[in-house]
Amino acid sequence: MLDRSYYQKTDEIMENYPKEESALIPIIQDVQEEYHYLPPELLEYIAKKIGITETKAYSVASFYVNFSFEPKGKYVIKICDGTACHVRSSIPVLQRLYKELGLTPEKNTTEDMLFTVETVYCLGACGLAPALTVNDVVHPAMTPEKAAALIQELRGAEHDKV
Amino acid sequence: MDSASCRILICAGTGCQAGGSAQIYARMCQLAQTVDHVSIEYGAEIAHSPHTVHIHKSGCHGFCEIGPLMRIEPQGISYMKVSLSDCEEIFERTVKNGELIHRLLYVEDGKEYVHQEEIPFYQKQTRLVLKNCGHIDAESVAESVAYGGYQSLAKAIFHMSREEVIQNILDSNLRGRGGGGFVVGKKWKQVASQKELTRYVVCNGDEGDPGAFMDCSIMEGDPHKMIEGMVIAAYAVGAKEGYIYVRAEYPLAVKRLKIAIVQAEEVGLLGDNILGTDFCFHLHINRGAGAFVCGEGSALTASIEGKRGMPRVKPPRTVEQGLFAKPTVLNNVETFANVPMIIENGAQWYRSIGPENSPGTKAFALTGSIKNTGLIEVPMGTSLREVIFDIGGGIRGSAGFKAVQIGGPSGGCISDKDLNLSLDFDTLKQRGAMIGSGGLVVMDQNTCMVEVARFFMDFTQRESCGKCAPCREGTKRMLEILKRIVAGEGEMHDLQKLRDLADMISNTALCGLGKSASLPVISTLNAFADEYLEHIQDKKCRAGVCQQLKKYKIDPGACKGCSKCARHCPVQAISGELKSPFTIDQEKCIKCGACLTNCSFNAIHIE
Repeated sequence: MLDRSYYQKTDEIMENYPKEESALIPIIQDVQEEYHYLPPELLEYIAKKIGITETKAYSVASFYVNFSFEPKGKYVIKICDGTACHVRSSIPVLQRLYKELGLTPEKNTTEDMLFTVETVYCLGACGLAPALTVNDVVHPAMTPEKAAALIQELRGAEHDKV
Repeated sequence: MDSASCRILICAGTGCQAGGSAQIYARMCQLAQTVDHVSIEYGAEIAHSPHTVHIHKSGCHGFCEIGPLMRIEPQGISYMKVSLSDCEEIFERTVKNGELIHRLLYVEDGKEYVHQEEIPFYQKQTRLVLKNCGHIDAESVAESVAYGGYQSLAKAIFHMSREEVIQNILDSNLRGRGGGGFVVGKKWKQVASQKELTRYVVCNGDEGDPGAFMDCSIMEGDPHKMIEGMVIAAYAVGAKEGYIYVRAEYPLAVKRLKIAIVQAEEVGLLGDNILGTDFCFHLHINRGAGAFVCGEGSALTASIEGKRGMPRVKPPRTVEQGLFAKPTVLNNVETFANVPMIIENGAQWYRSIGPENSPGTKAFALTGSIKNTGLIEVPMGTSLREVIFDIGGGIRGSAGFKAVQIGGPSGGCISDKDLNLSLDFDTLKQRGAMIGSGGLVVMDQNTCMVEVARFFMDFTQRESCGKCAPCREGTKRMLEILKRIVAGEGEMHDLQKLRDLADMISNTALCGLGKSASLPVISTLNAFADEYLEHIQDKKCRAGVCQQLKKYKIDPGACKGCSKCARHCPVQAISGELKSPFTIDQEKCIKCGACLTNCSFNAIHIE
């Protein structure tokens, strides 16, 4: 069961949209932006409010790759494997990230909920290939070494806070 | 230089922002405040008031390779690869005293270029659609208007009938820039002639092709140009509502479009009673949610309706029953951005650019193993050779040209034999490729073409919406075969199987995504057949890319016999005696590369 604040926040988000089917995607995008993932309870709650079945809501949310029912880490690293990045060796960067963080394509979030690694097709920063983003901030011209250093830096920033 | 009339434009395109241009912008603003006789004016004051330095964020200049870029007006000085630590010097020397800082200028073949326009990369282009990108503040409607924005809208509304606007676009023979190349005027005419009076104008800003970012740059750099095109379309077909569907991976484009819509509404160029007439048009933004198939018309409209983005059987076509089952004009970003200049200069002028059947210019995203990556615009009909070698500056590194991939997953690979091909819709189609949205990814000899085919098939297979069996199952089977070939397990009859599957899928798939899914495979099979044969018969990947075909070998001369490699080998494939050269058993080796990374003497090589 989710905390009540989740439902309150969802209500706030829904105030910006009409209560109809066409608002489903924008609403769940906003909810996901808030929590870094789409809590299934909230998807069901939204479905009821806009008058569509839970099944329908799930069928839409599961169709689009941007929606995730699993919680994601604090830092979502999206590594671009578009054509430009691919031919400039994005895969070795991905492999290094997996190695640094002990992740695999199947398990892509670290135990401490700090990092999630995803591959995407094209971030539109092809001139700077290979590129990755950390929470939407673009890091250009990556190499496996730079990727490892970036992880160290982010970990360090976390450590300093504690 | 007199700082009284100084304008500083800092590129805030995705590329330059990645290089820290936002921090540079902040620093420049900060520096301007420290000087007494200089005040900063944010926003869009075009008339220069005395003692004012205007600092603006512009959209993409196109030459991403040398970013972050800074342009100083009115002299038009262009600085490249600017860093935070350069800001103070730029301010003290260039802004206050008019001196040039030579190390920040662009240099090619020993020649120094002060002005951006003189750089060979720009000299050989015809920038019409991208004219304002990088030169105006993308977050200001006033600046857009000062540069001629919305003049064509006024001309259309006050001096042309709806029919005249459509006829003009039809006469210009403008063809859709999203890939298919359908004649835009025809689409508009069909929508305008429907009985149903509720109509929509939809802009496809999904740009899902990996390796393409021109629509992104237009939305980020000159959003009003595209919006103006949409409003003209709405006027022509009698639409009151419009939607812009933008990829979620383009947060900056979404932000800029939102600002543009609000500002255009405030000054009466959008919304109710446009320019004081009774013509009303409202624009909404929808963010995509990560499905490539949503670039297809009927899938895109389904997604805006809040459904799964799946294409449907046609007819009825989008012009008859598109968004919410109403007649819909659906064009992409670059297409709409072409509209204002056609209205402004006339159809005849437009037809004078490029070849008869594909007039106008085309923006391309030039990326991959090329010296000058970035966003370019050339007349249709320019050859690939000119684009790659004259504008792109040729191949980066020493590996030499191998192929250029055009049109993303719906396009094909072109080898050096076809470099003189004219870049237009019809020529490329004849060669089994496609302009697509305009991604040009240049590949050098270090690229394995079989692996590239596998890469694209992996993409289409994952992005298939799954509605029709040919695409869902067929691409899966093709991918399995390609995976076997790159793993060194391919057989000769696989090649025929690939061709048969490709035929079947392109003839029977429901939508354009499926129909074109096999193009990357067929085009590489045709142009690079010898590489497929090497993988299958010789178990060799000449580019050294395919992991399973790599052979790890120990150089006996360099090996000191320390046994470190053997200790790190997870499958005990390495043996030998201490202080004598070790050897790798190729049968046991799983090509993990652990030996290579652990060798302290550089004695292990890949063959």
